[in-house]
Amino acid sequence: MLDLQILLIFMIVGALVAVRTKDLLSSVIAVGTVGLGLSLAFLILKAPDLAIAQLVVEILCVIILIRATIKKDLPFSASGRWFFNTLVTLIFLAVFLIYGYFCMKDLPQFGEPIMRVAQNFISNGLRQTGAANLVTAVVLDYRAYDTLGEATILFTAVVSVLAVMRRIGRKK
Amino acid sequence: MKEQDRGMTLIVKTITRLTVGLILLFGIYIVSHGHISPGGGFAGGVIVALSFIHIMLAFGKEVAFKTVSQKVASVFESLGALIFVTLAIVGIGYGYFFLNFLAKGEPFKLFSSGLIPLYNMAISFKVGAGLFIMFIILVMFRVTKKGEGE
Repeated sequence: MLDLQILLIFMIVGALVAVRTKDLLSSVIAVGTVGLGLSLAFLILKAPDLAIAQLVVEILCVIILIRATIKKDLPFSASGRWFFNTLVTLIFLAVFLIYGYFCMKDLPQFGEPIMRVAQNFISNGLRQTGAANLVTAVVLDYRAYDTLGEATILFTAVVSVLAVMRRIGRKK
Repeated sequence: MKEQDRGMTLIVKTITRLTVGLILLFGIYIVSHGHISPGGGFAGGVIVALSFIHIMLAFGKEVAFKTVSQKVASVFESLGALIFVTLAIVGIGYGYFFLNFLAKGEPFKLFSSGLIPLYNMAISFKVGAGLFIMFIILVMFRVTKKGEGE
């Protein structure tokens, strides 16, 4: 569990650097390190499917961020009302932590899940679907409706990006 | 803008020429073995899209559009969605929506587990083409905005 905690600290440091640094390129690279750390964390927790997907999507996101948005500098306002901002942040943090303590008290311990449906999938999955990779069996057979929804989300995203960015019908 | 159209330096171009086929092949491997080993349609589709983005970054957009134009990418994207939904609807004829009606075959073989490899293929078409289109649009918009003319 120690390697996981080192990774988590590394990711938190990367996220802080990404937020606080002035240079946009450094910020994007720091975001990339956070994604890489998440991919390694998935690998340590024995989820290679998620690790591959996370690594690949992270690479794509970093490429898109560097290539498409790096030249546009964002307005950055650091002045004024810092006391109010800090106070609101602290209050929200306290509320979140208190509610989190009461909500997550009854959850099962980390690494010891309650296997109700999953046990059924594990014991019958290979016989019922014939797929050796159980993750694929769940994603594309038992829970194919969810995959249909995911595909719909991607389709909608592409269509909406096209609609926003298209050249036809754009006025000067 | 001219500089961007011509692509990157000779070193990058040579390395790209050597590696881009392997990246594409790895993506196809991940998709086709999605029901046996880790991976699947989504991850494999993104790797396929990355191989085309690799060409586009190294050689500029003229060469990239010669390999895959925006129209071809949209056709593949819609084709993936259509295959996915059609396979699901054909399942109604055998029982219910998303029924895996093909023979299961022998586990751990490439041709096994019925419809799942086909679903993986459809999703990889969708994801790969969709992400490539998004990348094209986001990059072209920046070029258009700064270049004024197009």
